[in-house]
Amino acid sequence: MRMPKPRGALSEWTVARLGASAPEVALRPAPNADSWDDEAIALWTLHELSYRGFEDATDEGEWDPEVLLVRHRLESDLEARLRVRWPGADAAPADVPAALETVVSEDDGPSLADHVRRRATLDEVLELLRQRSIYHLKESDPVAWVVPRLPVRAKAALMELQYDEYGDGDPNRLHHHLFAQGLVAVGLRSEYGAYVDDALPETLELNNAVSLFGLHRRLRGAAMGHLAAFEMTSSLPSRKMVQGLDRLGLDGPMAAYYDEHVEADAIHEHLASQDICGTLAEDEPDQAAEILFGAWTCLDLEARFATALLEQWDVGS
Amino acid sequence: MSGEPRPGAEREFAHPDIVIQPHGPMLVRGAESIRDESGTVHAVDRPVVALCRCDKSSRLPWCDGTHKVIPR
Ligand code: FES
Repeated sequence: MRMPKPRGALSEWTVARLGASAPEVALRPAPNADSWDDEAIALWTLHELSYRGFEDATDEGEWDPEVLLVRHRLESDLEARLRVRWPGADAAPADVPAALETVVSEDDGPSLADHVRRRATLDEVLELLRQRSIYHLKESDPVAWVVPRLPVRAKAALMELQYDEYGDGDPNRLHHHLFAQGLVAVGLRSEYGAYVDDALPETLELNNAVSLFGLHRRLRGAAMGHLAAFEMTSSLPSRKMVQGLDRLGLDGPMAAYYDEHVEADAIHEHLASQDICGTLAEDEPDQAAEILFGAWTCLDLEARFATALLEQWDVGS
Repeated sequence: MSGEPRPGAEREFAHPDIVIQPHGPMLVRGAESIRDESGTVHAVDRPVVALCRCDKSSRLPWCDGTHKVIPR
């Protein structure tokens, strides 16, 4: 994958610095971002260095102190923004699974899956898949970073879940590989990061938040809460995605990808809310509120993403 | 070296193979195959599966989350 197109002064600096190109830009101190878009794509680019990297960026860039300083500033701003949005909540450790149910049941964000099932056009569905590809082509990867940071019970449970996400030992069944095959089947590009230049800032923010939670041990509770909310709101919408894809005649491997999630996530949601988040909260009670913060943030970012797309398509929610 | 397995430490954590979810499915760990009501045998290729208990799933014997939208 090549680095994304800059969207402003900061991302221009980031690309120049990481690419060891344009020294007149790269050697200047990092400028401020001049828009949300600029900030979001810059942070996405910096996080990506810890996943697969870019063919046109130096490998040293990941730990370049100058770059880390910028990443820290952008991450702090993002985290502060997410925390301000959160209305706040807490629960006794034993009540965390029930509190997660409450977070999920109170979510009233618009449903993209409903729109896809009933009346989305082919173009709209392809646009949705391009946006989703930013995450789904590295599905579960940010969650994997959390494994060494968990106590025994939560760690074993997360591995039980991740083993299934990564195909139960069979590369053919690895979820992000299934998504890549689905993209090809609907005529889209499947290379990692192929559509990042088309990504909405809402898409980037949603991705940046999972990377932020995954990369910082301090945010392990938020990462696991995010995972739980994600899994708990996946089965039924995945089924609607299958129905919508079928309706549009896209009943091949992309429908199969969502079909797999109907079944898998009906299992994973219990593992995530009880065996992972529930035991983590019991073993580390100060993580209870963090779990709820992560869960709420997952649904909030998804709602912002859905609202942005539906507005773009002029669909009332 | 004897062929006898050595006794390990006590199992510290409850880790049941079968877990019934209130108003939800039955989670089954470590199954290799499941026979459904009609006698069809389904191979299991996951460490854990969720068997529908509400009978409303569109993919019996597996749970598909439908139990969440049926009134209790
Ligand atoms: S128990 Fe989940 S669909 Fe029946």
